[in-house]
Amino acid sequence: MSSHAISTPRTTGEPGERILRYTLVERVNHWVAALTYVYCLITGLAFWSPYLFWLAVLVGGGAVARFWHPWLGLAFTASVFWMHRMWDRDMQITEPDRRWAKAIKHYIENDDQNLPPEGRFNYGQKLFFWLMFYGVILLLISGVGLWFVESIPWSMRWLRYLAVTVHVVAALATIGGFIIHVYMGTAMVRGGFTSIIRGEVSTAWARTHHRLWYEQVTKGSGRADVKTGD
Amino acid sequence: MAIRRISGHAGPAPGEGVERDYQVCKLVDTTTCIGCKACEVACLEWNGYEFTDTVFDNSYQTMPETTWKYWNLIKFNEHEKSDGTISLLMRKDQCMHCADPGCLAACPADGAIVQYTNGIVDFQQQNCIGCGYCVSGCPFDIPKFNPATKKMFKCTLCVDRVSEGLEPACIKSCPTGCLHFGTKEDMKDLAETRANQLRENFGFEKAGVYDPAGVGGTGVIYVLHDATNPEAYGGLPEDPHVPWVVRFWKGPAKWIGNLAMLGGILGVTLHYFRYGPKEVHTGKPENGGQS
Repeated sequence: MSSHAISTPRTTGEPGERILRYTLVERVNHWVAALTYVYCLITGLAFWSPYLFWLAVLVGGGAVARFWHPWLGLAFTASVFWMHRMWDRDMQITEPDRRWAKAIKHYIENDDQNLPPEGRFNYGQKLFFWLMFYGVILLLISGVGLWFVESIPWSMRWLRYLAVTVHVVAALATIGGFIIHVYMGTAMVRGGFTSIIRGEVSTAWARTHHRLWYEQVTKGSGRADVKTGD
Repeated sequence: MAIRRISGHAGPAPGEGVERDYQVCKLVDTTTCIGCKACEVACLEWNGYEFTDTVFDNSYQTMPETTWKYWNLIKFNEHEKSDGTISLLMRKDQCMHCADPGCLAACPADGAIVQYTNGIVDFQQQNCIGCGYCVSGCPFDIPKFNPATKKMFKCTLCVDRVSEGLEPACIKSCPTGCLHFGTKEDMKDLAETRANQLRENFGFEKAGVYDPAGVGGTGVIYVLHDATNPEAYGGLPEDPHVPWVVRFWKGPAKWIGNLAMLGGILGVTLHYFRYGPKEVHTGKPENGGQS
C-alpha cells in the first residue's frame, strides 16, 4: 500500500496543495463493492416486492437476476472483506470518535466549527463501515441458506425460515446505511465523491472534515496509514 | 381456466373474485391402498418422465422423497401400534393443492405460481426464476428444484387432463379404488362415509378425514385409520400452516421495510433542503475552527 503523500500542487483556480486520500487500490475496491452492491440491491428489491419486480426486467429478467444475485453477492462479500483488510485499523472507534459522537448534532446541522476534530474517517463513516461489514457476514450466511434451501433438511426447516428473516433484516439495515452513505458522499459532503474517484482532496477539505488526519499526513513522514485518528 | 390467485403479482389476479361451482379434489383412502405404486408409474408415464434410480433401504420405500421429476410417491411406514403389533401404513404423497398455498404466498416471480378457480395450484415454469422461496413457503415440503433448468416442479393435479374432463393419471391407474377424484364436496362426503364405516364396522375408532384447516383445506384429502396421528403416515403434518415467517415477510415486513426505505430517501432529501451541503473552511490552519 502506498503512503498518503502530498501530491504536487495543482492549480485549479484555488490555491493550495491536494492530498492523496484514497490510493488507487482503495478506489478500485470501493467501486467493486459499490457496483456489486447496487446490482444485489436492484435484483434483491425485485425479489422483495411484486411492485418492484420490473427492476429485474431492467437487468435481464427474473431468472437472470436470480442467477447472478448470489454470485455478485459473493463478489460484494469479497470486496468488503478486502476493504476490511485495508481499513480495519483506520476504522477502529477511538477517543476522538467518542467526543465527535457526542457533538453529532452539530455535524447534522452543518455547524462544523463546533465539532471536535476527526481522524481519517469520522465516527459516522466508521459506523457505516461496520454496518456493512457485519451486514455482509449475515447476508452471506443467510444467503447461502437461501441459495441451497433444499439442502437444509425438512427436520431443520426452521433454518430455512431463519435464513429468510436474517437476509431481509440485514438487507434492510444495509439499505438504510447505503441511502445515507450515497447522500453524504455526493450531495452533502462536496469533494467526497471526486476523492473516491481520483483519490485527492484539497488541503482545506482535509482540514475541515478530517483535521487529525490532515495534521498527521502533513507532518513528518506523511505516513498516514500508520495509526490514523488516535 | 380463470386464475384465482397469482404469485408475485402487482395488483389483482385476473380471475380474482370469480366463484366456480366446484373445487376439484383427490381422495386418497390409505386404508385400501396396497402400495402397488401404479399411481407412481402412471404419473411418470403421463407427465413424460423417465424412471429414476430407486434407493433400497430394506423397506418398500422406492426413494426417500419426491423429486422434481417424481411428483408422486407412496410413503411406507411400519408403524408399531400400542398393542405391539405392526401395521404397514402407506400414503400417496404429492402436492396437496392447498386452498391457501404457502408456495404461492412466498413466490416473488410474477405468474410463476397460479391457483385456478377450480382449486388446482400450478407452477408456470416459463415464469419461474428458480429462487426456491416456494420451498420455504410449503408446509408439506413438495416443490423441488431442477438444477439443469433452474426451475421448480411439482404435481400439477394433471391440470391438462382435468381441464379436458379427464381424471388425473394416478386416479385412473389405481387398481383398488383407493383413489377417487371429483368435486371437493363429493370427495368429503365419500371420505366421511368411509371414515364412519371404519369406525363403526372395522374397529378403527380413531379413523377420520385429513383436510387440514390451517391451509384452508386441501385439494387432496386422506382417509386415515388413525386421524389423531397423521405424522405416522410418512410425516403428514398434524396441523400444517403457511409458516408465520413467510406470512410476516410477505405481509407486514413488506410495508415496514418499504416505509423505512421511503422514509430514508425522504429524510435525506429534507435534510438537504434544510441544511444543504457542508462548507469547506478555507481559513488558515492556525485560526480555523475552535476544536
